[in-house]
Amino acid sequence: MIEIEIDGQKVEAEPGSMIIEAADKVGIKIPRFCYHKKLSVAANCRMCLVAVEKSRKPLPACATPITDGMVVKTRTAEALAAQKAVMEFLLINHPLDCPICDQGGECELQDVAMGYGKDVSRFTEGKRVIKDKNLGSLIATDMTRCILCTRCVRFGEEIAGIVEMGVTGRGEASEVGTYVEEHLISEVSGNIIDLCPVGALTSKPFRFKARAWELNQHTSIAPHDPLGANIYIHTRNGDVMRVVPKECESINETWASDRDRFSYTGLNAEDRLLKPMVKAHGEWQECDWSLALSTVHKQLENIHQHCGEDRIAAVVSPNLSSEELYLAQKYLRGLESHYIEHRLQQVDPQFIPTPLLARERQASIAEVEDMDAIFLVGCDIQREVPLLGLRVRKASLQGANILSLNPLDFHFNFEQKAQCIVSMQTFLFALAVWIQSELKAEELKEWPVLDQLIKQDVDYCGHPDERALIQAQIESIRKVFVAGRQKLIIMGALAINDPQASLIQQALLWLAERYDAKLIFLLAGANQHGAVLAGAMPEQAMSIVDLWHAKLPAYLLVNVEPELDCTHPALALKALHDASCVVVMTAFVTEKMLEYADVLLPIAPFSEYAGTLVNLEGKRQAFNAAVHPQGEARPAWKIFRVLGQLAQMPGFDYDTWTEITPDIPTEASKAPLSSLTERYRLPQRQAGLQLLPYWPLYRSDPLVRRADPLQRCALSADPVIALHPETAAHYGFKANEAVSWQQEGHVATLIVKTDPSLSLDTVYWPMGFSETACWGALAPLVLERMRALEENE
Amino acid sequence: MKDDSIFELSPQDKTAIDTWLAQYPADQKRSALIPALHIAQKANGGWLSEAAMKAVAVYLDLPQIQVFEVATFYSMFELAPVGKHTLCVCTNVSCLLSGSDEIVSHLKKRLRIDFNETTENQQFTLKEVECLGACVEAPVLRVDEAFHTHLTPEKIDALLAELEKKG
Ligand code: SF4
Ligand code: FES
Ligand code: FES
Repeated sequence: MIEIEIDGQKVEAEPGSMIIEAADKVGIKIPRFCYHKKLSVAANCRMCLVAVEKSRKPLPACATPITDGMVVKTRTAEALAAQKAVMEFLLINHPLDCPICDQGGECELQDVAMGYGKDVSRFTEGKRVIKDKNLGSLIATDMTRCILCTRCVRFGEEIAGIVEMGVTGRGEASEVGTYVEEHLISEVSGNIIDLCPVGALTSKPFRFKARAWELNQHTSIAPHDPLGANIYIHTRNGDVMRVVPKECESINETWASDRDRFSYTGLNAEDRLLKPMVKAHGEWQECDWSLALSTVHKQLENIHQHCGEDRIAAVVSPNLSSEELYLAQKYLRGLESHYIEHRLQQVDPQFIPTPLLARERQASIAEVEDMDAIFLVGCDIQREVPLLGLRVRKASLQGANILSLNPLDFHFNFEQKAQCIVSMQTFLFALAVWIQSELKAEELKEWPVLDQLIKQDVDYCGHPDERALIQAQIESIRKVFVAGRQKLIIMGALAINDPQASLIQQALLWLAERYDAKLIFLLAGANQHGAVLAGAMPEQAMSIVDLWHAKLPAYLLVNVEPELDCTHPALALKALHDASCVVVMTAFVTEKMLEYADVLLPIAPFSEYAGTLVNLEGKRQAFNAAVHPQGEARPAWKIFRVLGQLAQMPGFDYDTWTEITPDIPTEASKAPLSSLTERYRLPQRQAGLQLLPYWPLYRSDPLVRRADPLQRCALSADPVIALHPETAAHYGFKANEAVSWQQEGHVATLIVKTDPSLSLDTVYWPMGFSETACWGALAPLVLERMRALEENE
Repeated sequence: MKDDSIFELSPQDKTAIDTWLAQYPADQKRSALIPALHIAQKANGGWLSEAAMKAVAVYLDLPQIQVFEVATFYSMFELAPVGKHTLCVCTNVSCLLSGSDEIVSHLKKRLRIDFNETTENQQFTLKEVECLGACVEAPVLRVDEAFHTHLTPEKIDALLAELEKKG
């Protein structure tokens, strides 16, 4: 630490840091445009000129490193003259029409011009005009306003890893743009809206909707992924107008992902449910809450009385608040059923969906960037938890080696040192090879599954050549990983949703122990961790598939659209159709719901109620209601409270949600955990095509699917069947061929795309679309092709 | 008619680019961008089409925008078709003081074109450029890759006559 003086104030700062950083530390405001603490120094706007003793001329504070004893003056006549002169230059070409600019009222240029600008412009010549660019459905442009600070360009290159924006031309002809129109393919592109100090880049959905000074600001937590990003919801007169990031260095830094920023646009979708509805004699009727709730109470009570215990199941979204999840399970258990399930996509009930089982191994989000070896397993990190992807990229730029075991090469925005690309069912073999290389023969005996995998069942991994290749790839991954000092293993959704998830998890836990590595599990939704703590899962080892198979008389759905959110949609729909009572608590109604449901209860989405979410590192954060519930919608926890009271169950007399939180356990009930023991049976290896369902970034939950700007952006694409070219050729699929098949009476058609990034035999299958809402394990069309092939042989 | 949407680097072009690439570390291909653009420009008849820039981007493994940035920055890269010879007159301070005005008006009259235009016979394109770094010999004109200095209208007539004769 060295000491300098700014405006008479002593400031301690790191040697090598810039004057502006030292000044920011003590709250001395130096005007700036191009400088941003998260970006490299460009020093091109010159707005930050300050006087430094012993220097002949003013120096840019953002690009002048401090030296011991330096004396800086930011407001002397000399400094002010320099700042005013720069301001005048910047305004030469900038339009002076703030009232018609969308940024007006929250514009850095406007603010600084108030302090340093002249009241009259001396410039009478014509101003430069620049054609607007089409950057897609999220970002609006007004490029004439650009002051060429290059923050957006640097964000692309340095943070997001997309080099799509740049400065073309030179001198007066310089302009910021993209090479190709409408091409911002990034899951974090919206951040350039915040970074742009002027109105050149603004939010398209928010454009001209409200003025900054009309908005109220409410703190909240983003409800789509387990990062727990801090956000502000901006409202006006009871309407959500936009969402912006709230700085939180340890979680989201200063960023928001596009999903978190724009999902609010789905809040008032046309199919929003605003009144309770009951179906009487096949006809839907709106009704009041008391009728709706007493109907639910009577029907469920009836089933409970007549059919006995465990005859009612609740399927709940992992995005609900902990308080809702807690009351949901309490109500269900009150009805003597422990069939409550939040794991919509995880089918291996032995997988332990909580980081708490290895608490001391749990990595914090902030720690990720300090790692020097990161091993991704079944993980598309950029499109699962975008902001965690940015941390991994940061680590990579600081020299970390990133390694992966994945069913396809995801072409991340960071470099990977070594990869092993194999189909999901070969994951275990690959991990077993690794573990085996560390174990002595007698140790191996304690691991029957491993032993079996490697010794008795060498055919498990297909062709000998393939085995040798995997062994070589794993060996190179192992070498790099072991050499790292700070190591991290991240298990992603593809692995967690795999039928062998628990075995993969056990293997990863073992590796983490062995190498003293940290772990992160990318759990489902925004609050899976909270769901586990709240007890929103059965005690027995059973999965959601068992719940559908059980053909229960009653199902209760909370914020779930089973045909789009669950792994086995067709099975789910069948069970729901056959049930005698289906109660759906939802913010939106789908056509399918109108078919299978008996009662529809409108619930409040994240912006309309309060509660807590637990993020992937185990941090519980509260979010607030930004607006009142629309129509007659109510937070789900209040609905469960009334249902519990109607059933005269004990423990439902809460006045506010904050009274519920202390009742939720903070420790997950200890699941029996052993190493890879006999308890596990080695799953059968399947020959032929394997369907790998995945949820695209913008199909992840009911709200996101209704956010129209996200659906139209460059990252959203129509569903396709993706196959490796060789696999496609083998099964007689042609690239770009349209394949149709019958599915429950309606015909679905998808285009086949070939992609050499995929592993062999994998059918990469996007979920969350009505087109792919068919039986999840093996879609009918894949089965058809396999059958046709067998017949030919 | 040549289709401007298609451009491929020939094996010779690639070898030429490779000799430049060899001078820089393997992970800094961007350093060879300017020579590579010159090579592509020559191969494409004196100007850089989008396809030509894209081919360079692909060959050097660079984002397209980075190629576009450099191509639009330097005046020696043409982004639209040009005549057989490009005449770049300097109109910067030293040349201006030494009479570049006269040179410019003579050129315009003689060729019957304005700046950034090409003669009907596709022989000459006239451009105005900033300081060519040869101020001691002002006024200066760059014809393709050669400098012509201490210009007078007579010298220009002789120069044009010679170029026309060469065809
Ligand atoms: S568009 Fe905005 S952020 Fe980008 S260079 Fe221009 S002023 Fe800066
Ligand atoms: S902020 Fe220092 S030069 Fe722009
Ligand atoms: S001013 Fe013309 S060459 Fe320098």
